[in-house]
Amino acid sequence: MNITEDMVKEIILEVLQEMQKEGRAAAVQKPEAPALRFREVGEAKPGTNRNEVVVGISPAFGISMNKTIIDIPLQSVLKEVLAGIEEEGLKSRLIRVIRTADVGFIAHEAAKLSGSGIGIGIQSRGTSVIHQKDLAPLQNLELFSQAPLVELETFRAMGRNAAKYAKGEQPSPVPVRNDPMARPRYQGLAALIHNKETQFVKPDMPSVELTVAM
Amino acid sequence: MARRQKRFEVLEQRPIHKDGFIKEWVEVGLVAMDSPNDPAAGIKIQGGKVVELDGKRREDFDMIDYWIADHYIDTAVAEEAMGLDSLKFARMLVDIDVPRCEIIRLSVGMTPAKILEVLKKLNVVELMMAMQKLRPRRTPSNQAHVTNLKDTPALLAADAAEAAYRGFSEVETTVGVVRYAPMNALSITLGSQVGRPGVIAQCAVEEALELAMGMRGLTHYAETVSVYGTEQVFIDGDDTPWSKAFLASAYASRGLKMRYTSGTGSEVQMGYAEGKSMLYLEIRCVMVTKAAGVQGLQNGSISCIGVPGAVPAGIRAVLAENVATVLTDLEVASGNDQTFTHSSIRNTARMLMQFLPGTDLIFSGYSSVPNYDNMFAGSTHDCDDYDDYLVLQRDLQIDGGLRPVTEEKVIEVRNRAARALQAVFEELSLPPVTDEEVEAATYAHGSKDMPDRNVPEDLRAIDEMMKRGTTALDIVRALAKHGFRQEAETMLNMLKQKISGDYLHTSAIFDENMHVISAVNDANDYQGPGTGYRLEGARWDILKDIPMAIDPEDI
Repeated sequence: MNITEDMVKEIILEVLQEMQKEGRAAAVQKPEAPALRFREVGEAKPGTNRNEVVVGISPAFGISMNKTIIDIPLQSVLKEVLAGIEEEGLKSRLIRVIRTADVGFIAHEAAKLSGSGIGIGIQSRGTSVIHQKDLAPLQNLELFSQAPLVELETFRAMGRNAAKYAKGEQPSPVPVRNDPMARPRYQGLAALIHNKETQFVKPDMPSVELTVAM
Repeated sequence: MARRQKRFEVLEQRPIHKDGFIKEWVEVGLVAMDSPNDPAAGIKIQGGKVVELDGKRREDFDMIDYWIADHYIDTAVAEEAMGLDSLKFARMLVDIDVPRCEIIRLSVGMTPAKILEVLKKLNVVELMMAMQKLRPRRTPSNQAHVTNLKDTPALLAADAAEAAYRGFSEVETTVGVVRYAPMNALSITLGSQVGRPGVIAQCAVEEALELAMGMRGLTHYAETVSVYGTEQVFIDGDDTPWSKAFLASAYASRGLKMRYTSGTGSEVQMGYAEGKSMLYLEIRCVMVTKAAGVQGLQNGSISCIGVPGAVPAGIRAVLAENVATVLTDLEVASGNDQTFTHSSIRNTARMLMQFLPGTDLIFSGYSSVPNYDNMFAGSTHDCDDYDDYLVLQRDLQIDGGLRPVTEEKVIEVRNRAARALQAVFEELSLPPVTDEEVEAATYAHGSKDMPDRNVPEDLRAIDEMMKRGTTALDIVRALAKHGFRQEAETMLNMLKQKISGDYLHTSAIFDENMHVISAVNDANDYQGPGTGYRLEGARWDILKDIPMAIDPEDI
């Protein structure tokens, strides 16, 4: 077969055009995050297993929201956190806190129910805290306050560190990034998302234990 | 679109496109100053007691309503003030023939919804006019942030010295690592006195530690005591108006100046704005502050600026909240202290709202360090903007609080501050400030130019220093022993000020001779052209003389 230079050019052009189309489609249509499938096991009870870390999620996590503020699917978030805990040889238990959407109180609730006294709290937008049951609610072991800077690897490291605290170790805190420009870009959006979250708050409802199908 | 229009492609690349904008959502209160859920203004008083506030009966009050009804509202003028037509009162705010004292007499009889109604009638130029007339202190001033990523002390001292020398009357630090707080406080308190006697210093950290440092004389004032406009958010912050008032009294009892902090957007950011506008809730915060007997307030959205910044008229609301503060006779430290936009055009426009009329403290504060070192997550303007700021003052003949400086003199004060700190560290048995650090701090742009310190060693020494009960008096002694006589005297005089307590008056700062300038002896008397603060005479000669300008004599 005789391929001329013109034919090559034409093929390249066609391929490029196809690629551009795909690129544009991807830009317009953000990927839909997969829905999380939870099963409620009943009211969350204090654990006795010293080898567990309890992970508390916020009222709307996986219900009305499926992605963090920077579009990380919440399914991947949970997968990473739980994998991080498992990596350190510990067990995890998942609860949903319904009486508050405040991440400090969610994490503190998880810690209080945790057999090891260590808990993690995660809001839908990605803001997270590692907590210990004997600390005051607004204190913490580690705080990941800027949701736009909490990435997939951060969630894994968060799980790992929580497990290390549970084992009585003193891990180096997960490096937290600081970006002053996150505020102008994301703060309004964060307020919007948080108000969607608080619409699911029921102040008198106890936390529930969950299982999740990954 | 089959094909992009090229201008739109260019526009999309502009920094403003990185900012986040949100359409109003009134049901949750994502709205700046005009929500249908804001109550109608009204008051009922029986037997000298407020029994109904903005349509809510006493039995339905939340704790903030009680606080405002019982401790803010002056029932002696409430009926007169509430009976005034809101438009009429709005006009009084900008009427040069109505003196400030008449406005203040009436404002303490008004409810939150009434003040909201009044402020909504003013556009931004009128709000600036009101600010010019109503801020308590005649002379405007400015506050600086002094922090760095490494919490490195010699640099903090040098930066505080430069900030003070350039004209800031207050300096504020905070920490990267919490346990560094006492060392940071000590470093900027000392450094600022080297730059210019009489500058006051604070260290924003957890409340108990902050108070303890103030009581030891490591700081002179505090401002990060937060209050909120809805009960739920107050409770989420683990506080009540009563606990905050108690803390305020603790500061006052030790002769420490203090102000509260609040700002539009905080309630909706925390998810409990009750559908009310950001400004309505902020006016409640202003009244909570006034009711506690606190002399002033830091507001202007502060750390929530991205929230009002994202909705329509948000920056107008931010100016309006500053005006609400001075309207109730409180000192205002008016924000401009947090990164707010990617656009330098938008950044300056937002700042002009406070810069043009002048406020008690235009920034709270201006980053005297490069923004990468700003541990308050960045300010609107930083040390790299100094010359732009000086030119704005000169262009518009406005006193923004800063003066032109020479490089030689800045090097001199930076070096002296770092050396004074070196001497104090030696006496207090803190890990030494090396000659290399003194040199680096003198010439540094930021902490990237500083050698690393042994952090665990620093923290151990700080804990020991706090256990030993070290106070500012030990610093005075150390300075005197090492020949820093003048600095020792200045530091001692600052301690004496806590006993005389004159700087607890509204809007108090010190001049370089340690004289208090406050709303008492420098009361704002603006009543139109020819009155109030005017940038003229010797001060204007200083401010207009920027080194960048060509002298005709030289050509």
